Amino acid sequence: MATSSTTVKGASPSSDSRSFLSRLASGDEIARLITFLFAATVVLITVMLVWQLWTNSALPRHKFGLRFLFTEVWDPIADEYGALPFMYGTLVTSVVALIIAMPLGIGAAIFLAELAPPRLSDTLEFFIDLLAAVPSVIYGLLGFLVVVPLMRTVIYPALNKSFGFLPIFKGPSYGVGFLTAGIVLAMMVIPYIISVSREVLLSVPRDQREAALALGSTRWESTWKVVVPFAKTGIFGSIFLALARALGETMAVTMVIGNTPKIAASLFSSGYSIAAVIANEFTEATGDLYLQSLIELGLVLFLMTFILNGLARLLIIVTTKRGSGMSNV
Amino acid sequence: MKRVASLVVAVLVLGTLLYAQNPLLINGAGASFPNPIYSKWFDEFHAKNPNLQFNYQSVGSGAGIKQVTDGTVDFGATDAPMNDEQLKTFQEKRGMSILHFPTVLGAAVPTYNVPGVTAALNFTPEALVGIYLGKITKWNDPAIASANKGVNLPSNDIVVIHRSDGSGTTYIWTDYLSKVSSEWKSKGSSISWPVGLGGKGSEGVTGLIKETPNSIGYVELIYAAQNNIPYGAVKNSAGTFVKADLASVSAAAAGAAKDMPADFRVSITNAPGAKAYPISSFTWLLIPQKFQETAKRDAIKSFLSWMLVDGQNQVEALSYAKLPKEVVEMEKKAIGNIQ
Repeated sequence: MATSSTTVKGASPSSDSRSFLSRLASGDEIARLITFLFAATVVLITVMLVWQLWTNSALPRHKFGLRFLFTEVWDPIADEYGALPFMYGTLVTSVVALIIAMPLGIGAAIFLAELAPPRLSDTLEFFIDLLAAVPSVIYGLLGFLVVVPLMRTVIYPALNKSFGFLPIFKGPSYGVGFLTAGIVLAMMVIPYIISVSREVLLSVPRDQREAALALGSTRWESTWKVVVPFAKTGIFGSIFLALARALGETMAVTMVIGNTPKIAASLFSSGYSIAAVIANEFTEATGDLYLQSLIELGLVLFLMTFILNGLARLLIIVTTKRGSGMSNV
Repeated sequence: MKRVASLVVAVLVLGTLLYAQNPLLINGAGASFPNPIYSKWFDEFHAKNPNLQFNYQSVGSGAGIKQVTDGTVDFGATDAPMNDEQLKTFQEKRGMSILHFPTVLGAAVPTYNVPGVTAALNFTPEALVGIYLGKITKWNDPAIASANKGVNLPSNDIVVIHRSDGSGTTYIWTDYLSKVSSEWKSKGSSISWPVGLGGKGSEGVTGLIKETPNSIGYVELIYAAQNNIPYGAVKNSAGTFVKADLASVSAAAAGAAKDMPADFRVSITNAPGAKAYPISSFTWLLIPQKFQETAKRDAIKSFLSWMLVDGQNQVEALSYAKLPKEVVEMEKKAIGNIQ
């Protein structure tokens, strides 16, 4: 970024006007400048966002320091705030969502890209794009009216009966909680995984498949051992997109998670997420410390997303190096 | 293309001209609970006075107080009166005081879902406090059963439900609990709930209650009335079990009117009077004491005078309880304090 900006600045005064004008006339210079500005806005928005979150959370940062990240109390009356239960809820619901959505999404994408007849694949893709465009409050309503009663009456008792010895399936169930929120989030992110993974799989060069088949592999072997590894980076990309959406989801989560700031091992237990508590309490937050603690929660969510994205990228680098030496898509 | 462009310019110029001739705009923001009646009032008032237009955004009481303190709106609205600290901040920032004007009354009612129980349940203050503190955990606890003789209450665990978003309803509910229980008050736990699940908004709370057997929660009287949600009676300070309705809520306000402070910042939960419903509250308009623009000041004054007379006749149609006569008379005098 720094080098390109200096060349752009240096170009106009020093170089002779004719060549600059001719470059201007051919459009190259203009295109470069405009696209550079567009790219710079992304950085600018991120910097401004962090700056705003940082300056507007000065009070709790000074009062609580790092303790903010490790305390469980959230008490507006005593003016004591801690982010831990919300961080826990955000992380647990997102992880549950990905555990459910990853196999379903990638499996469906493989079917659509490799095995289904093209016409069926295109028709289904239309519906998947439609699902991705449904507003989250609709998913929340669906979760609240359909998933919650189903969880309470059928799924929770069944899980409790068969796997009740595991701490994650213990305790009473009200229908709302981490698992329900995770399932609703999974429904929301599956379309992203399918849509992006399908595109990536379709863009794998034809010779890769033909070579595998020519070597005598079956259709499934060529898909699983050649095409999918080739498209690995792109598939990971679709999962990060899903993770980002799950971490930041607000409306659907608050409707089905129970909205109680607590940490519990059981997935049946009710909890809270960062985005949900901000949406719930921001409008009625009186008192500067209260308001700024909510803003600091926003900062924490931003950092969590940042760290998780970094880890994910690290994972890609490691796995692609260990892979069969195939280049990135 | 040129024609389109000139058309756009023409529309913009015309729009600006029309906008410039628009009526005087008075902006307000705050509580969402009285939003339906405020919208109706501001509409009707505009129809009668086409040169004045009130613009109200129901952003929540906290945001309303903040915006009027910062001076970004002309008036605020809140379901909980501003506390002394907030009044001090206002005084420091704006160099004047702020006036509270009660407009209508609301109430919070206990609603529940107990399988097999169809009769309206009676709740004593002790029972409600015990349930919300997590001390009473079974429906057949003597504290509940003794007030409901003849009702076959199950021995199931109580699922406690509260509002997760900040709201006037929660303010009324917790204000009541801290008035009838020294323990609730001393714990200072009025918003960090000791037990239970949180539902988002009235619809979230009712939905959770419908979906969860053996649950109890609270909603606004208006919401319960409009959606035919059954709710229980609560024992008032005179010892009678009263079901919330417009008459019993107004009675609570009348009971409190005698001790009404001059600044109208009063809590009327657990009010005296045999007919008074104990979990009731005013909702307030927040008007800065001084206005630089006389036109705005006069507009607000004339609206307040209209609201106290004609406006009050419209509130019951929307299920709000009217202000008692004594309070109306006091407020009429207080309008004179706006400068």
